[in-house]
Amino acid sequence: MSVNPSLKFDLIADLRELFAFPFMVHALEAGTIVAVFAAAVGWYMVLRRQSFAGHTLSLMAFPGATGAALIGLPVSLGYYLACGAAAIAMGQTTRTSTRGFGSETAVIGAVQTVGLAAGYLFLSLNSAILSGTETLLFGTFLGVTEGQVVTLMVIAVVALALLAAGARPLLFSTVDRELARASGIPVAVLDVLFLLLLALAVAATSQITGVLLVFAVLVAPPAAAQQLTSRPLAGLLLGILFALLVVWLGLAAAYFSPWPVGFYTTTFAFAVYVIARLIGSRR
Amino acid sequence: MFAHAFVRNAYLAGTFIALASGCVGWFVVARAQLFAGDALSHVAFVGAIGAAVVGVDERVGLFALTLAVAAGLGALGGRGRLDDAAIGTVFAWILGIGVLLIALLATSGLGGAGVTTANALFGSIYSLSTGASWLVAAIALGVTIAVTAVTRPLLLTTIDAEQAAARGVPVRLLGLGILLALAVVTAEGTQAVGALLILGLLSAPAGAAHRLTANPYAGVAISSLIAVAATWGGLALSYAISSLPPSSAIIGLAASAFAIAALIARVSARRPGWGPPS
Repeated sequence: MSVNPSLKFDLIADLRELFAFPFMVHALEAGTIVAVFAAAVGWYMVLRRQSFAGHTLSLMAFPGATGAALIGLPVSLGYYLACGAAAIAMGQTTRTSTRGFGSETAVIGAVQTVGLAAGYLFLSLNSAILSGTETLLFGTFLGVTEGQVVTLMVIAVVALALLAAGARPLLFSTVDRELARASGIPVAVLDVLFLLLLALAVAATSQITGVLLVFAVLVAPPAAAQQLTSRPLAGLLLGILFALLVVWLGLAAAYFSPWPVGFYTTTFAFAVYVIARLIGSRR
Repeated sequence: MFAHAFVRNAYLAGTFIALASGCVGWFVVARAQLFAGDALSHVAFVGAIGAAVVGVDERVGLFALTLAVAAGLGALGGRGRLDDAAIGTVFAWILGIGVLLIALLATSGLGGAGVTTANALFGSIYSLSTGASWLVAAIALGVTIAVTAVTRPLLLTTIDAEQAAARGVPVRLLGLGILLALAVVTAEGTQAVGALLILGLLSAPAGAAHRLTANPYAGVAISSLIAVAATWGGLALSYAISSLPPSSAIIGLAASAFAIAALIARVSARRPGWGPPS
């Protein structure tokens, strides 16, 4: 970067500088969409105690990207295919595993490592993109194009509309599974559909934030919100608010300092969670 | 194949890491704490990078950070079940620190940031020295023996924590103990199959064992056996096919064992009187 941005502690001037470059505007746009999208889906994920599945899905972007590069498909298509396949694999087993005794977590763990091992194999077969591994894992927030922002927007709007349409039955089946089943809600179908929605959120998000850091927006803001309120709508909105705060502050802090975005977003997310937990435990 | 020292070292370290992870993995899966293992494996990666930045031996960073986080998770969890959102938030933050450390490593002029990252993530079992592999084997054997020694009380706390506490079994201590054992296994495994893939050795053999038998002792034995067999087979395969990374081969075999076990369990559930009792 030829310019050297510096914080002047003048709010107007600093904000103007923040929006001076197109790449920064795109990053802020993408970050805003990601925050709303991921926090809304993440609120359900945290409530359903599916963080492990969510994390596994977020890692599936790695084999998706390396596999797509190997056979010459568009990388983002690889993200969606791999995440979708993993969601279906995990959804099948949640339905059939009646044995309990923790075998479900073993399935999630196995799906995760098989995906990663495959990704590593693809990477070693196609050594040309080895240099991109870190970008893949930790994101290219500052290299977002306008096309990516538009695609992200379309996917987020469609997915959030789906989530809104199924919000009530999904909440019902999450809170009381047996009662929901008894009153005729297709619980097993909702399980798979939710995993697919989560896969979509993760695949869209990880292209911006990187594979390993999706989790910061997906889990911490909703978890913090759930510490503060148990009312569904208030919790959802609070989670989205926290996620926006985390992403905006993270991007701004990274812009004015030499340290990476991922470090700032995860640190702010962690801080929000810790504060929410402290407040929540006091009440 | 065994004429090469690096192959012998890989087999020595790999065997005992597999033994320990198969054994510890069975309990971790039974206690539904695999997500903690997932978190610890990412922590191990950050530990390795951190050690490279500070300039100390990789193993110091690995063990220090994984053991510290395991103790922290144990303290957070207390007697109840660990909250998965708390685990997720903590390890997302630790990964964020990892990103910062990679950035520092890349600009520090120490060089090799990419290689350090790749090795920490995916392991480099063929580059272990003879001394290192003996040390790895000894520590892994120690963990296996320690876990085997407390199998009975550990089983009791896993199946019924209330009753175990009533009988005077130190439930909290054992819970912390299994997390610390998990931390050691992850730190060990990071050196061999890598931080991202050790979860496979913890989950797949144990998952297979849980599908095949409900008997805990047989389960631990089967789990360890599958892990060791997958490691041996994987190392041989990757030696024969040079473009196949050893970590991918090991995980592929372990996962195949899991898939076969799930199939057997499904068939035997349909045909009563055949296969293991469920």
